[in-house]
Amino acid sequence: MIQAIVFLPLLAALVAGLGQRAIGPFASKLVTTGALFTSCALSWPIFLSFVTGTGEAEVVTVLHWVSSGALQFNWELRVDTLTAVMLVVITTVSALVHLYSWGYMEEDPDQPRFFAYLSLFTFAMLMLVTANNLVQMFFGWEGVGLASYLLIGFWYKKPSANAAAIKAFVVNRVGDLGFMLGIFGTFLVFGTVSIPDILAAAPGMAGSSITFLGMRLDTMTILCLLLFIGAMGKSAQLGLHTWLPDAMEGPTPVSALIHAATMVTAGVFMVCRLSPMFETAPIALGVVTFVGAATCLFAATVGTTQWDIKRVIAYSTCSQLGYMFFAAGVGAYGAAMFHLFTHAFFKALLFLGAGSVIHAMHHEQDMRYYGGLRKHIPLTYWAMMAGTLAITGVGIAGVAGFAGFHSKDGILEAAFAAGGGGVIAFWVGIFAALLTSFYSWRLVFLTFHGKPRWEESEHIQHAVHGEHEDPSAEHASGNHAPHHRDAHGDGTAGYHPHESPLSMLIPLGVLSLGAVFAGYVFAHPFIYPEEGAAFWAGSIAFDEHLMHTAHEVPTWVKWTPFTVMAIGLFLAWNSYVRNTTLPARFVAQFRLLHQFLYNKWYFDELYNILFVKPAFWIGRFFWKKGDEGTIDRFGPDGAAALVAGGTRLAVRLQSGYVYGYAFVMLLGLVGLASWAMVKFL
Amino acid sequence: MLAIPAIGAILCLYAGDRNARAIALAATLIDFALGVVLWANFDIGGAQWQFTERADLFGRFQWALGIDGMALMLIMLSVFLMPLCILASWDAIKQRVGLYMAMFLIMEVVMIGVFMAQDLLLFYIFFEAGLIPMYFIIGIWGGANRIYAAFKFFLYTLLGSVLMLIAMIAMIAEAGTTDIPTLLNYDFPAGMQTWLWLAFFASLAVKMPMWPVHTWLPDAHVQAPTAGSMILAGVLLKLGAYGFLRFMMPMFPDASAQLMWLVFGLSMVAVVYTSLVALVQNDMKKLIAYSSVAHMAIVTAGLFAFNQQGIEGALIIMLSHGVVSAALFFCVGVIYDRLHTREIDRYGGLAVNMPAYALFFMLFTMASIGLPGTSGFVGEFLSLLGIYEASSVVAFVCTTGIILGAAYMLYLYRRVVFGELTKDDVKAMPDLNPREWAIMAPLAAVALWMGVYPESFLAPMRGDVTTVVARLAPAKPAGDAQLAAGKPNADAAHGETAHGSSHAGGVQ
Repeated sequence: MIQAIVFLPLLAALVAGLGQRAIGPFASKLVTTGALFTSCALSWPIFLSFVTGTGEAEVVTVLHWVSSGALQFNWELRVDTLTAVMLVVITTVSALVHLYSWGYMEEDPDQPRFFAYLSLFTFAMLMLVTANNLVQMFFGWEGVGLASYLLIGFWYKKPSANAAAIKAFVVNRVGDLGFMLGIFGTFLVFGTVSIPDILAAAPGMAGSSITFLGMRLDTMTILCLLLFIGAMGKSAQLGLHTWLPDAMEGPTPVSALIHAATMVTAGVFMVCRLSPMFETAPIALGVVTFVGAATCLFAATVGTTQWDIKRVIAYSTCSQLGYMFFAAGVGAYGAAMFHLFTHAFFKALLFLGAGSVIHAMHHEQDMRYYGGLRKHIPLTYWAMMAGTLAITGVGIAGVAGFAGFHSKDGILEAAFAAGGGGVIAFWVGIFAALLTSFYSWRLVFLTFHGKPRWEESEHIQHAVHGEHEDPSAEHASGNHAPHHRDAHGDGTAGYHPHESPLSMLIPLGVLSLGAVFAGYVFAHPFIYPEEGAAFWAGSIAFDEHLMHTAHEVPTWVKWTPFTVMAIGLFLAWNSYVRNTTLPARFVAQFRLLHQFLYNKWYFDELYNILFVKPAFWIGRFFWKKGDEGTIDRFGPDGAAALVAGGTRLAVRLQSGYVYGYAFVMLLGLVGLASWAMVKFL
Repeated sequence: MLAIPAIGAILCLYAGDRNARAIALAATLIDFALGVVLWANFDIGGAQWQFTERADLFGRFQWALGIDGMALMLIMLSVFLMPLCILASWDAIKQRVGLYMAMFLIMEVVMIGVFMAQDLLLFYIFFEAGLIPMYFIIGIWGGANRIYAAFKFFLYTLLGSVLMLIAMIAMIAEAGTTDIPTLLNYDFPAGMQTWLWLAFFASLAVKMPMWPVHTWLPDAHVQAPTAGSMILAGVLLKLGAYGFLRFMMPMFPDASAQLMWLVFGLSMVAVVYTSLVALVQNDMKKLIAYSSVAHMAIVTAGLFAFNQQGIEGALIIMLSHGVVSAALFFCVGVIYDRLHTREIDRYGGLAVNMPAYALFFMLFTMASIGLPGTSGFVGEFLSLLGIYEASSVVAFVCTTGIILGAAYMLYLYRRVVFGELTKDDVKAMPDLNPREWAIMAPLAAVALWMGVYPESFLAPMRGDVTTVVARLAPAKPAGDAQLAAGKPNADAAHGETAHGSSHAGGVQ
């Protein structure tokens, strides 16, 4: 059964991708979407069997892969609780995104390719989560990277999309460098790359030391840190996050599937999968906590200033991933996975909702040109509302709430309960929760409330004037200078947004259900002490004691997240509904701070100066000065000049230069060879 | 196997253009079929040397052939690429077709001969003879600056070879035999080993090519016709590494261990240096040529890791690079045939009018980057893993190659295939024709096969690699990892205990 779940998407991708001419676009869409819904239907029973406690972990070997000396690994599919959680997340979101794309990508001439990529991605992601050894995990890891590259650059005519695609791939490769070295080191230390064997042997290695790059370091710390660098790249953690906002150049369904629900959570998955290993390296866990908390804060601050609706959600994703990491860092892997699970639903929902808005607004993505959409696209509005309630964590402590309430509070409580660095992470998390609430409600208010501000938008002007542009121009670069405006007086420019088709609304509806109920329904198995231990059944390091303490934290700890959520809501309402001039005044007052945040802390500029430019410069230097200026000049060209000069002087017989060289060289060769023969033979 | 292309070559010389093509194709295909038979009959785990034949010629010089697993795989690579090269030059070559085809067939004879030779002098003759057809292929059918490139190629490779010849003569004098299997187990005095090693190194490093004697390669590639580049990158570059593995490492184990850091040093420089140079190229062939140097540097580093993974990985990179770089050069050739320029900026937007081409190009790009599931990954992964065992520093530097590799290949791909289709002449380019399909498809199939199930390729070579590793084992230095078992309790956290046991020995 697991084979079917994993390989159906691959099969569908191949059929749709290679056979698109033969079977046509409609059949391609049908095949891929059908395959995904089948996979999804097969995955839920597996997951539910683990929830009810009847599931059995198993490993299915598919094919032998590599054996070289002591190194052996196979293509294997592993199913346990952790995998089952990921299976339902991936197949559900992926199936819904496939369906959604029927509507969203309707006008695109290249749909079979799009669906083939989506299915290919799903396959790679499934290989990643079913991996039983580190190398197969790396296969999936790179496979999703490839699919992400292809999908970000799907509209390959846009230079910005291509640049974003390459950036995503290369930045991820920096993380992969760490991952690969981590695998090498792991093999060196444990003599195997099989995950269960490593995890079993890990405690025995605690306290040992190893030399790495000339430094003497604690073995487990360095291995975990190397692997974590890989996780940072894939999950866009601070330092290696720069690719994620740019990745929004891809079509919106891609953002929902890859850059919100599944691929970017691979890093969290990896840390949880290897949690027994990380447990032996307290320093590494400290780093994980710190990086997670820092990312959580950083991304939330940037999110409050962005205007592009997708970028706000992208930074929000980045920030939520930070939550998951610091949960893992304090040892609450169950909470991390729970947030991953609920986040997949509400973040995919927010992205798909944003896509629906963009669809309705004729590919306009700038929130400054939205406003008042509530009446025009009510269903999208309510779906987005469910998502926002979920992400901001609305709920009554001890009773029930939206999905994010259960999981985020679970993380914050666990962080507080863990003590030490966890308490710092708790306060950072609280502050980030305030910001989360602010930017999420800001998004809702700017988009759906207030008066329409559409007439400033070029896209809308195009739509009204019937100049249909290429459907791929989802995000025209910068220039929003309006040419001439229709004076309708109501800011609508005479444009009438339409609600999206059913194929887009159904996924929104299903995900809304998830965003509302997933937290309440599944909180028990994921994070409650006794039930959690039974549910995870050793597939992650589940700290029963920690989770127990987490449920016993003081009441104020339980209520703080809700309180800051309310403050954030009020601030957003105050600045974007009640008193709309406030943000501008604020910006004028704190210009530097705003610039700093709006430009994303200047990470891109810094990297450009530090890495990209020097690489090209040094490359050119090596080429011109090194190869041509030094090696060639004193090597062959110099020799040639010497030989040519010598020939001219001494012989003056031949006019063709090749003969000259050949002649002299022949002489030398014969001379040397005869000398050697006489000497040795 | 040697005879068929040789006969074919002679026939080609006298046949008309059309016939020459047909004869060459037939000859290479028959050889490929023979190669398959050879592989099928190769007894994995049997004797090290199989299919031996020998005949005394004169003096100590004898006609001795035989193969082991490594040679088998490289022969397979040659006979697999040959028919594709012939097909690739089907339409591109219009002048002196007979001679051209004859050159390729001679090249095939020579390459197979190199891998089969069991006699030191015979090896040398084949090794050097390979220069001649390549020299002519570049010099006659090359681009505008072909004479310079051909000369540079010739000069570089020949100078090194002379030193190797001298070393070989010295070896024969010392050991009293030219038989390679015997020499493999002969222990040369330590002092002599160093000199012999350096002499071999001078020749083989040029062939590899290693930094800083790599500059002939970009020029040779740029000027060579498509099929010439394919065979140059595909097989000729492997001669150097084959020589390392066949001669230098097993015959001079002490010197190899001594001078290991020379190889590591040059390899590390090469990976970073040539990758950066590749990043700024405007000429597609030059870019791929520089990437070849970077890949070969990982091969040399992998070989000198002196362990099973490193060497097997290096061998797989050799095979994989043979297939993938040949394919990439062919990809360049395909669009060069249409537009007659290799300038990257002249292209763009090919994904629109050449989707099949874009797909294949993407696959080979990914294989070159080393995406898991393609051939490039298995080799890179194994060799880097082997290198890590020897030294984490070298592994770290070499692994940066995966970042840079992704950067330059994707940058190339983006400029050629993506973007808006604006140029009229580019717009008029048709997608792949059936002949081009026939070349692309097998290359793609092998690249994937090697990535998903490399066991087919690893199995025949395993025994030979083990032999080499065993031969090197006494001389091999310990890795720098020096894993020291600490007490699994909290009190081991202090550096003191680690220090005390740090010399307990490396884990190999």
